[in-house]
Amino acid sequence: MTHGTSRRDLLLRAGMLGFAGWLPGISAAQTTAPGAASRKRTLVLVELNGGNDGLNTVIPIEDPLYAKLRPRLGIAPDDVLPLADGLALHPSLTALQPAWAKRDMAVLLGVGYPRPNRSHFRSIEIWDTASDSNQFLSDGWVARGLRQKPRRATDAVVLGRPYLGPLLGPEVSVVALGGDPSGFVRQANRVSPVPELHQTRTTALDHVIDTQMKLTAAGREMQSKLDSMPARSEDMPKSGLGDQLATAAQLILSGLDVPVIKVSLSGFDTHVYQRNTHGNLLRQFAEAVAAFRTMMIAAGRWDDTLVLTYSEFGRRPAENGGTENDASSPGTDHGTAAPHFALGGGVRGGLVGTQPSLDQLDAQDLRHTMDFRQVFTTVARTWWGIDGSQMVSGSHAPIRMFA
Amino acid sequence: MRGIVLALALIGLGASPADALPVEEARHLLSRTGFGASVAEVRSLARDSREQAVDRLLAGIRTVPTVPPPEWVAGPRPEWSKYYESRDEVMRSAFNRAREVEADELRAWWYQEMVATPSPLTERLVLFWHNHFASSHDKVRHTDLMMRQNQLFRSQAAGDYRALVHAIAVDPAMLRYLDGNTSRRNRPNENFARELFELFTLGEGHYTEADIKEAARAFTGWQIRESDGTARFRNEFYDDGEKRLFGQTIPAGPDSHRTAIEITLAQPAAAPFLVRKLWREFVSPDPDPAAVTRLAAILTPDWQLKPVLRALLLEPAFWAEANRGSLVKSPVDLMVGTIRSFDLAMPATETLVNRGRQLGQRLFNPPNVRGWPGHTTWIGTQTLLVRREVLQQLARGQGVQPAQGGGEMMGGGMMMSGAMGSTPAVSTVPQRRIGRAVGVSGWTDLHKDWEATDDQPLILALRPVEAPVANQARVQRIERLLLDPAYQVK
Repeated sequence: MTHGTSRRDLLLRAGMLGFAGWLPGISAAQTTAPGAASRKRTLVLVELNGGNDGLNTVIPIEDPLYAKLRPRLGIAPDDVLPLADGLALHPSLTALQPAWAKRDMAVLLGVGYPRPNRSHFRSIEIWDTASDSNQFLSDGWVARGLRQKPRRATDAVVLGRPYLGPLLGPEVSVVALGGDPSGFVRQANRVSPVPELHQTRTTALDHVIDTQMKLTAAGREMQSKLDSMPARSEDMPKSGLGDQLATAAQLILSGLDVPVIKVSLSGFDTHVYQRNTHGNLLRQFAEAVAAFRTMMIAAGRWDDTLVLTYSEFGRRPAENGGTENDASSPGTDHGTAAPHFALGGGVRGGLVGTQPSLDQLDAQDLRHTMDFRQVFTTVARTWWGIDGSQMVSGSHAPIRMFA
Repeated sequence: MRGIVLALALIGLGASPADALPVEEARHLLSRTGFGASVAEVRSLARDSREQAVDRLLAGIRTVPTVPPPEWVAGPRPEWSKYYESRDEVMRSAFNRAREVEADELRAWWYQEMVATPSPLTERLVLFWHNHFASSHDKVRHTDLMMRQNQLFRSQAAGDYRALVHAIAVDPAMLRYLDGNTSRRNRPNENFARELFELFTLGEGHYTEADIKEAARAFTGWQIRESDGTARFRNEFYDDGEKRLFGQTIPAGPDSHRTAIEITLAQPAAAPFLVRKLWREFVSPDPDPAAVTRLAAILTPDWQLKPVLRALLLEPAFWAEANRGSLVKSPVDLMVGTIRSFDLAMPATETLVNRGRQLGQRLFNPPNVRGWPGHTTWIGTQTLLVRREVLQQLARGQGVQPAQGGGEMMGGGMMMSGAMGSTPAVSTVPQRRIGRAVGVSGWTDLHKDWEATDDQPLILALRPVEAPVANQARVQRIERLLLDPAYQVK
């Protein structure tokens, strides 16, 4: 039998949850970057679900092996958008060019992990829990980080597919939103708060009650921000990801203090007919993120926003068979390392790390040159100002992605 | 318990056997082995002892559905090989769209069967196997194969586990889902072998990477015949050399896939692994180790499922007060259970299919090879809101088929008159909202005294969290109970 009120809730009510209180042995001075704890900062995680083909996202266009590995799927040199050092963006990413030019977009190269797993589920679990390849952890890396931060009615919001992934873990208040925040508030307001005095007896019922409490608390908090919440911006593209980021912008601009928002774009598992599918997905991604950036800059919030992409894996450098008589049919199979993007006013723009070499493949796949946990460690230390060592498995050197 | 005695008197049973199930226990047994519990179902067990009730439920297990599957299942099928060969994207996407429609028809059919069946335990078991030996139409993309896999689960729902494992190893949908179809002797695909050990039979820590590699060799040679979607053995793809699995030798020659499964099931981890999963499905989230050992010993001799299910349902832990309300209702359980419990009109199957998807349980599409993670992950802020909305709509008869036959139904569907299915398919049956449903008056009769005193109404496994509102009409009271957090658990 368990009691019905969570430890977190009791501590919340007792006002005992301070920032440093959750970091035994570590003083606030060591962990808090200037302003990090006081300002409302938001990490926007963009999940590219299915395994994004990194080699056709950030393209080693001057490497002759690229054209050899991608005889039909390869992007022509005349079409790409040059970055630096022989690397170029897929033409569908043109909306990201202003961010690159203003140097508030970092391109993180060759991100992966040792002994890569090529299963969607297992590999995204490794990313979500920041584990080693052969290690099984249950909590998400972001959830571990949020537990070290002050408590809120809404620690994180999930938009798009309701998969908590990196946010999964106890004592973290995650609100999944189906869409329009005012709709959520309206629905949540119809739910009566759970009475204070109740008797519960099972973890199952405790979970339901806890969720209902989160729901009503988040609804109330959001309600108080509805007056200052702008309508959905017409400047945001009308697409799956555009809608999600439009909602994210509404939440941020309302003044709601939400440290993490997760959005997702699915369909990257391009085993067949990759050319059109992948191009469309990249365009949707770039246009939505670019419009979101423009909004945040206009609102003066870009410095407090960090957009970070991730995906379970990249794809195999060599395109797969397809068929003889249809040049549009090839795709790519599950691979390993891939580039990722970090955008924000505080980001140090440019290439970060080393592009994996196409002539040194492991079992036909790219060798990672950056561990994804280096990225997460950097986010923990510099963005959140907390000790990232408790958030990821192993010790990983930070990278230079912040100005 | 005064309430129960009163309730029994109200049903007019007269003298009951001394060991007859109290009403509350009958409701518990039904809601844990089926979907909710209707008054008629509760009454059908009223004179039974625990053993008799469990035996009655097990004896009712079916191998064929009561609702006919969509017509196309038996009809002439498209030429899959033409689709696979074609590079015409227009043709391919039209073909795919047609298959998506068929997949929705399968989902609709299954919901209808779950609502209509006289043996909800059968459907719970079919769903259990679908979740255990997970395959998803998203990858299989072949509705015939998904339907045949459902029939396989149905044929062995409470039958022979060993036969089921043997069958799943060469099941066409599984061959596609876990890539056996593309496994070749010189480059065996390890996908199925890995999941067979990790998720289907043994669990992590009970096999090595070498075992996976050897087993993958043993399963080579099996492919889907494109013309009719059946499994066939192709010797040219088969690795017929000797294999070593769990320290034993699989001799060179044919049938190594069968030997591999026999060796796997002979591992000491095999029976407890399945028993723990059944325990989490029917009893509680925390299997009791001593009971697991006891139950595994019942399973091991011949891998028959009925004896172990019987023993499981008669375990003291199954009936223990401490385990009441310890399981979270799945979306299917919540929706089908509510319809059955209150004898509500069948909503448009489309509504159930769409709501199931919104709530995270898309039949024939488990999210991955682990199946639905279930339990507390069913409920998050968004899904709890949707669950409440669905319950309200069901209670108010919204989303129900138009009564006058205007509605386009999927899969030859029909208006159900109620869970017990005595008078099916009449379009003039009035829509049953909770206020008018016979189920409600039955329930209120069943525990009339609750109105005055009882704070644990029989439709909940635990006491309601929300305090009752004074002077509410029965119908509003029941609606309120459906929205109580306690209604989400069983």
